[in-house]
Amino acid sequence: MQPTDIKDPDYFHKVVDCQWACPAHTPVPEYIRLISAGRYADAFMVNWKSNVFPGILGRTCDRPCEPACRRGRVEEEPVAICRLKRVAADYKGDVSDRMPPAPTTRNGKKIAFVGAGPAALTVARDLAPMGYHLVIYDGDTRAGGMIRSQIPKFRLPEEVIDEEVGFITAMGPEMRLGQRVDSLKSLLEEDYDAIFVGSGAPRGRDLDLPGRQEGAANIHIGIDWLSSVSFGHITKIGRRVIVLGGGNTAMDCCRSSRRLGGEDVKVIVRSGFEEMKASPWEKEDAIGEDIPILNFLVPKEFKHQDGKLIGMTFEKVHAEYDAKGRRRLVPTGEPEHFFECDDVLVAVGQENAFPWIERDIGLEFNEWAMPVVNEITFQSTNPRVFFGGDAAFGPKNIIWAVAHGHQAAISIHQFCQGTDVNDRPPPMVTLVSQKMGIHEWSYDNGISLDLRFKVPHRDKVTALKDIKSEVELGFDLKLAFAEAQRCLNCDVQTIFSDKLCIECDACVDICPVDCISFIDNGDEADIRTRLMAPAHNLDQALYVSGELKTGRIMAKDEDVCLHCGLCAERCPTGAWDMESFLIDVAQAGMSGAEKACCSK
Amino acid sequence: MTFIAKPKLHHPELHKNSLGYTRRDYEGAISTLCAGCGHDSISAAIVRACFELDLPPHRIAKLSGIGCSSKTPTYFLGASHGFNSVHGRMPSVLTGANLANRDLIYLGVSGDGDSASIGLGQFAHSMRRGVNMVYIVENNGVYGLTKGQFSATSDKGAKSKRGVINSEEAIDLVGMALQLGATFVARSFSGDKAQLVPLIEAALKHEGAAFIDCLSPCVAFNNHEGSTKSFDYVREHNAAVNFLDVISAREEITVDYAPGSVEMVTQHDGSTLRLRKLHTDYDMHDRVSALTYMQERQAAGEIVTGLLYVDPNPRDLHGHLKTSDIPLNALQEDALVPGASALAKINAGLR
Repeated sequence: MQPTDIKDPDYFHKVVDCQWACPAHTPVPEYIRLISAGRYADAFMVNWKSNVFPGILGRTCDRPCEPACRRGRVEEEPVAICRLKRVAADYKGDVSDRMPPAPTTRNGKKIAFVGAGPAALTVARDLAPMGYHLVIYDGDTRAGGMIRSQIPKFRLPEEVIDEEVGFITAMGPEMRLGQRVDSLKSLLEEDYDAIFVGSGAPRGRDLDLPGRQEGAANIHIGIDWLSSVSFGHITKIGRRVIVLGGGNTAMDCCRSSRRLGGEDVKVIVRSGFEEMKASPWEKEDAIGEDIPILNFLVPKEFKHQDGKLIGMTFEKVHAEYDAKGRRRLVPTGEPEHFFECDDVLVAVGQENAFPWIERDIGLEFNEWAMPVVNEITFQSTNPRVFFGGDAAFGPKNIIWAVAHGHQAAISIHQFCQGTDVNDRPPPMVTLVSQKMGIHEWSYDNGISLDLRFKVPHRDKVTALKDIKSEVELGFDLKLAFAEAQRCLNCDVQTIFSDKLCIECDACVDICPVDCISFIDNGDEADIRTRLMAPAHNLDQALYVSGELKTGRIMAKDEDVCLHCGLCAERCPTGAWDMESFLIDVAQAGMSGAEKACCSK
Repeated sequence: MTFIAKPKLHHPELHKNSLGYTRRDYEGAISTLCAGCGHDSISAAIVRACFELDLPPHRIAKLSGIGCSSKTPTYFLGASHGFNSVHGRMPSVLTGANLANRDLIYLGVSGDGDSASIGLGQFAHSMRRGVNMVYIVENNGVYGLTKGQFSATSDKGAKSKRGVINSEEAIDLVGMALQLGATFVARSFSGDKAQLVPLIEAALKHEGAAFIDCLSPCVAFNNHEGSTKSFDYVREHNAAVNFLDVISAREEITVDYAPGSVEMVTQHDGSTLRLRKLHTDYDMHDRVSALTYMQERQAAGEIVTGLLYVDPNPRDLHGHLKTSDIPLNALQEDALVPGASALAKINAGLR
């Protein structure tokens, strides 16, 4: 193998598994260390810079970082990254003076936003300090988009949304709330230099089964129902409720029902329990609120009597897999199951809908009736129109909307300044030695052996009484510190200098996870089998040095490195060093360096 | 010195041996020796050898004297018996322990100062008595704890870190062990675990006095140019006579080397040593030719390493003394006090 090129910013970025997995590339270990240090406001700002909505995401994120977390590969569970983000938000105090002020001068460019959801607000936040005139339209009377309309308040209190949306509206965008955009064509005819479409995936899928019309009064589309609950238009539901669907919307529907009078609430899904789209912790919370989840039941018919819904029938199926591993749901032949109910909530998916975009404005749609959008620049085929969030590539999570927003903001800025949108700015990278003394580091390299801590919940009886009463109470400071200590500091990198190595084996002997080997060179597949411990995880790189004095090389499997720094502590020549790697993915308008400064 | 404990977390695929232990279970406390010390590598080799041989840690006794080397038993086999004795007196304490309880596996760890100076007499007598043990000298040629004075194994003409040339003759512990009747004699290098681990395993399997002289560079005081015990010097002058694999009694033996290049030695306990010979004319069953060969090579400036001498059927101290098969410390009162009639019988035999 050739020596690893550690100058490639992606190399160490991938070692920081959580940050690499985060669509917005939040520097996770960086803010977790700040939490350990009690610097909650600083931890919040690190988050805010990357993901814009720390308090919101700290409660609702789909957490792609956690399955990626290295801790999950060396013990049972990953660090509770998401809930530590909430800690930063909960204990930050007043950070309003650290927010970029509304600009005093305008740069003469005017941007329109369709929708005031997470993607649009992210674009607005990135562009506002540069003096753009931003005009944000939304059909709802309050900003936030699906964050406000679809996420139940017992998971995300209104004040958290108000605060974090407020940071952005305070930066001076013109908010045209309650004004739905009905025609992109007429918007294009106004004097906007660019338009950002962040209109979400607003249409809930329906189930066209026998009895749908007759029972209509008691059959509701999940996301519309959640939205009505959210805005206080609906305050009650029947005693017996069936929720159809296995995603997070279904989980929100069933748990909301329990708080609005539903006593016998059940979730019924077509697939198996394991394949449900809902996050495992959301399923767990639903089950914890006495909501059974029945699987492998395909809905057949809405049963009604005297013009009123009385229940539903289902066909029992089981999964069969063909040679290609594709799943088929095959009826078991059992008689149909019948469940009585007063109301049905249909949460079987949501779709994009663009009835307001004319098809003759130079904006192409693909065969699935989705706009053709560049995956890197988020520009549509009409160069003035950019997309992001669920409107770009269909329903995903908030963190994806934020990631889209940052990229779209870069594009819009470059487009408005007349530079090529395909010319993407590079990230800002710093790599700094953490050595302070002979065996002292400026990071805490002791490894906590604690298992993952559970977030305390409000007592169930109290929680179910009030739909606005938040269930999760968040970590207190003691728990937050203990959980933060579980982080392995994967951003503190092991840096090897082959010129300094005397091949004494001290690092090999001390490494608790056997990740360092001194061996003869070979190709990667061969080397992976000859290490101290075989390196089976092909997603994780091997860090390979140049040739050493004995003709061998150093090969380190990054997979389960604890970043404890013992290799560097036991190295007599300083051939190993622990260096903090911070990568700031570029954002609109500011070079990485300027951004990094404003967050510290 | 490292202040944090070595994390308990380990590689998810870490193997367990037949006793259900991982290699990590054979470790001790974290080392307080200088970073990069060769002794730490020897500790790691001992850990690996004991793990691979499935030795129950509580059946091993590790004994040492004084010095950097003698500190190391703290850093391996944390669940074994240990005795940190007086300077140079490890062999006597080990001999006593071995006499009292022959069932334990004895591992004596010493250094060049401990064995070649203050304890030279103790070293010599434990060899000639044939105490069943592994005696490892972690040989760095200097007194590290007192800042790098030459020790008795330092080669004549070697340069100290301060630039002083050693004018005294070196004591060759391997040569002495051979002359004094050790039944297993080897030399190795801390920087070559591929050679060292099987040698320690073979020595642990050997039922007699097994001596290993292990060159172990002192990174703080003896790893400079002019030193004859530095990593670079030992690597450049290392002349291995053979390469060893230890095959336990239950493993299948396969030989896939050219005829004449491999020698199989079955030890008394049933284990087999497979030696890939690097010098085909070297006979490791002949004390005299081994001594001659080593002295020749040493005169030529080479450091001979490998398994230098082995007697596959050794007799140990208990054999010489015809002691009871049951460890003395386990004999019960009826055996120890056989009564008046037994005494009368003995007395009658002496009349």
